[in-house]
Amino acid sequence: MTCNEAEILLHAFLDGELDAGHAREIEGHVATCPRCAAALRVYGELRAAMSRSDLRYVAPDSLRARINGMFPAATPRASNRWTLFNSFMLGSALSATAAASLMFAVVRSDQDQMIAGELVSAHLRSLQAERLIDVHTSDQHTVRPWFNGKVDIAPPVVDLAAQGFTLVGGRLDFIDGRAVAAIVYRRGGHVINLFVTQGSSFGRGSTLKTMHGFNVKLWSEQGLYFGAISDINADELQEFEEKFEAATR
Amino acid sequence: MIMRPQADGARTTGRVSTAVGLGNSDPDRARRFRDAALPHLDAIYTLARYLMRNEADADDAVQECYLRALRHFDTLQNPDIKPWLFAILRNVCRAQYGERSGVVLYGAAEGSEIPEGTAPLWSEAGDSPETEALRKLDAEPIRRLIAALPDLFREAIVLREINDLSYREIAEVTGAPVGTVMSRLARARSMLRTAWLATEGQPI
Repeated sequence: MTCNEAEILLHAFLDGELDAGHAREIEGHVATCPRCAAALRVYGELRAAMSRSDLRYVAPDSLRARINGMFPAATPRASNRWTLFNSFMLGSALSATAAASLMFAVVRSDQDQMIAGELVSAHLRSLQAERLIDVHTSDQHTVRPWFNGKVDIAPPVVDLAAQGFTLVGGRLDFIDGRAVAAIVYRRGGHVINLFVTQGSSFGRGSTLKTMHGFNVKLWSEQGLYFGAISDINADELQEFEEKFEAATR
Repeated sequence: MIMRPQADGARTTGRVSTAVGLGNSDPDRARRFRDAALPHLDAIYTLARYLMRNEADADDAVQECYLRALRHFDTLQNPDIKPWLFAILRNVCRAQYGERSGVVLYGAAEGSEIPEGTAPLWSEAGDSPETEALRKLDAEPIRRLIAALPDLFREAIVLREINDLSYREIAEVTGAPVGTVMSRLARARSMLRTAWLATEGQPI
């Protein structure tokens, strides 16, 4: 790799947008080129300075009010946490008869919606300072045992860095009062929370929902229930599920 | 002086179309739109502030963006609404900015005004005084440095560093290929670095 190529590509490298092959080339190049190594450090610091400082603006209340005025008065939606809790506990027992399963399908989509809502809340909570990760590591063999005794399952943990999803750690989280394992990945600057639990009902098939701008993917595999949530786009989240499933199979 | 009445006029128009929007909209559709779009208000407003450089114009641009987005919500294909909202805002800003100031946003030819070879050559291996000083830089000077970037580069940096969009999403918003996004970001950071070095040592 020449310095001219590296000059551009090191930005994609910093942004986590390079595939593994090119990333290795950049690493190889900066190891032998002090000039590009210095540039990488300076740009890294520049990025860090920008992410450290709060450069965002907050929409003024007057503007928020003007935009809210565009909508008809809000009708509050019923959100019954107890029903949701019951669905976690009893979900699988409902599908006994054909009639019930038709009912189930209707109820299910409503419950998926609520579970997706719970996951969005948990995801947002996790993004607050210091909340994202309890165990920091990219080593899958550290994360998995860490969950021992904290949750009632041994969640599959795989590093998918080579596939573009970097394992950054794990966290104990609670979805509607139940302890669940949260495995944290990064895709570029984006966080993916993968919630894993058992015996609950994140959804028996595989569903994708968009809620508040987040994509939520629910699926189940071998008695475990998975809920992946992120602000990456739907295709990428789908890709995440496929890569995760392929690596744990 | 001439600009003020124009701006006020535009704002009045904004209110009128708000009322119209209320009249025709299907409540369920409006609710779905609100749930999807409102959480991104601060992010959209942030881009507007960096593109418009003036609070009143940014407010108007954001309101117009939400009005247009609500009107065209049915045409949204991608489940991810955020890049779509940014793209609409970008078009609104381009139109408004042109209307009000006579300046054509995004008019600068790419790369034309960037001095080449101004970044210093580095040879030392450890921490340089530059990285040291960058560590102490805070928000206001950085905002000013970003505000001084030409439009295309300012927009790329704001979308990437502040709103945390991926290259693919920035490409979607700006209608430019991913490779172009990457080179714009590279140039933008190089310009930031050069501008920052130029102000270093002076009270900024």
